[in-house]
Amino acid sequence: MNNKLKPRRPLKEKHYWEEWTGRIYTSICVVFLIVVMFSIVYFVASKGLSTFFQNGISISEFLGGKTWNPTGEPAFYGALPFITGSFITTLLAALIASPLGLCAALFMTEIVPGKGKKILQPAIELLSGIPSVVYGFIGLSVIVPLLRSIFGGTGVGIAAGCLVLAVMILPTVTSIMADALSALPKGLRESSYALGATRWQTIYRVIIPTTLPALLTGVVLGMARAFGEALAVQMVIGNAPHVPTSLLESASTLTSVITLSMGNTTMGSVHNNALWSMALVLLVMTFVFVILVRLLERRNRV
Amino acid sequence: MFKKLPFILMTLTFVLVLAACGSKNDAGTEGAASNGSGEAATELSGNILAVGSTALLPLVEQAGQKFMAVDEYKNVTVQVQGGGSGTGLTQVSDGQATIGNSDVFAEEKLEDEAKVKELVDHQVAVVAMAPVSNKDAGVEDLTKQQLVDIFSGKVKNWKDVGGADKAIVIVNRPSSSGTRATFEKYALGAKMGDIQGSIQEDSSGNVKKLVSETPGAIGYLALSYLDDSLQVLKYEGVEATVENVEAGTYPVWAYEHMYTKGEPDAATKAFLDYILSDEIQQNDVTELGYIPMSGMKVKRDAAGNVVE
Repeated sequence: MNNKLKPRRPLKEKHYWEEWTGRIYTSICVVFLIVVMFSIVYFVASKGLSTFFQNGISISEFLGGKTWNPTGEPAFYGALPFITGSFITTLLAALIASPLGLCAALFMTEIVPGKGKKILQPAIELLSGIPSVVYGFIGLSVIVPLLRSIFGGTGVGIAAGCLVLAVMILPTVTSIMADALSALPKGLRESSYALGATRWQTIYRVIIPTTLPALLTGVVLGMARAFGEALAVQMVIGNAPHVPTSLLESASTLTSVITLSMGNTTMGSVHNNALWSMALVLLVMTFVFVILVRLLERRNRV
Repeated sequence: MFKKLPFILMTLTFVLVLAACGSKNDAGTEGAASNGSGEAATELSGNILAVGSTALLPLVEQAGQKFMAVDEYKNVTVQVQGGGSGTGLTQVSDGQATIGNSDVFAEEKLEDEAKVKELVDHQVAVVAMAPVSNKDAGVEDLTKQQLVDIFSGKVKNWKDVGGADKAIVIVNRPSSSGTRATFEKYALGAKMGDIQGSIQEDSSGNVKKLVSETPGAIGYLALSYLDDSLQVLKYEGVEATVENVEAGTYPVWAYEHMYTKGEPDAATKAFLDYILSDEIQQNDVTELGYIPMSGMKVKRDAAGNVVE
């Protein structure tokens, strides 16, 4: 009798304590996380903005200047070549990767759901596990010579960069698109079939339009990854600080110029601060991508 | 839980006390051992952190390993990190690193002169560079003026410097790189901008790959990277060899510096002396493709003045 009554009180107390330890633990973690995030943003922003406020370089010169020559006399800090390079490579990579990713996702969810998913899913997930330096080296050893033999010239340039990036963002794009497609209620498909639509009609009249915002989320997240990728691109793009006039010409991205120069410059020098300003541009662009994804998600819910 | 709390606390204290005893014991025996050998007073100890130049990294790393294996210095730990010359100089002058490795004189990198004055330069090796081209360029020898014309973009075809009819592709290092600074200073005599269409690669391995594979490519590499896949170009008719660098007839070379903030402490000094000892200079330095300090018949200061 005693045994039956006794456990009640301690059990309640135990839960009470568990609740509180759990709560305290998670709150500490969350506070830590928030502190870390804000300090990163603060650090990058303070370093990046000191180019403009301490070193007296105007924002318009930085964002619109075509000449980048920080070691020259006089020195020029125009980041436009890198900004255009980043945008061109990112957009082209998304243009190549999106249709491929969409087809792979459709294949896995609509066309051969069983076997297709079993084979394709692990293969695509494998792609995301390959370190970017390996992609860069493959790009340098395979894609660059290939482009050189087809188009002549050096083979190094935006074309090589966006091909490497397209392969790198393929897993992100595909897996998010596949998730979106498989989350579609079965009823929609079945009613489409019931009306006599073929599989292709169902796919392009029903499935793609209804999941479009989620599919675009995949594309945007892929672009965010492409925009921030540094090492692989740096190895194949050529890194000349000029606005490129053709896809086969050597160009730079924001990330490639940061990784190339950051270690060689001393902290606090104008050159170093200008690199931090580029990091700030990257950070702002990441925010833009995040906001885009949020907006797409909101549309998706309706 | 309330009932268990004291028990848990007791266990915790117990464990802590035991752990403390354990470490005390360890310290005790260690002290006894070194006292026993009678060298406790002279034995060096400390942590050395060397940060910076990736060109110097392999040498410092290898020397560090050997140094720690020497019985006398077993209580000294040497940690070596890359990060680039700029990082090395920044960290040593901020006091974060014991040694700042650099490919260039601190005067050329640090803007603050007061900071430069605090640093003490220890030159541990020499690195020489040679212009290299793709084999199809058809050129074996270039003068300073020809190199300047090529790297400034004035000459765009190999036939204008006596080679094959092929467009020139420049494979450069990034403008902030120490290797590039050395090449521009001693081979070209002036800083060059980046011309449109030129390629910049961060690592010597990639420069070598691109120059050996791209038709009409020209670049420059440290002597340790040269082999048959490239056409090594003579500079003003002088071949890039160790002998020519040591004799002062081949000018494209630079010191590898290890900077300390003020005079180094005993352990750091021992390490720097060790790198300059014959053991390292005659074996590791030459093995890794650097030129030992002892062989140099000429000296150079930060302004580039050469003395016999």
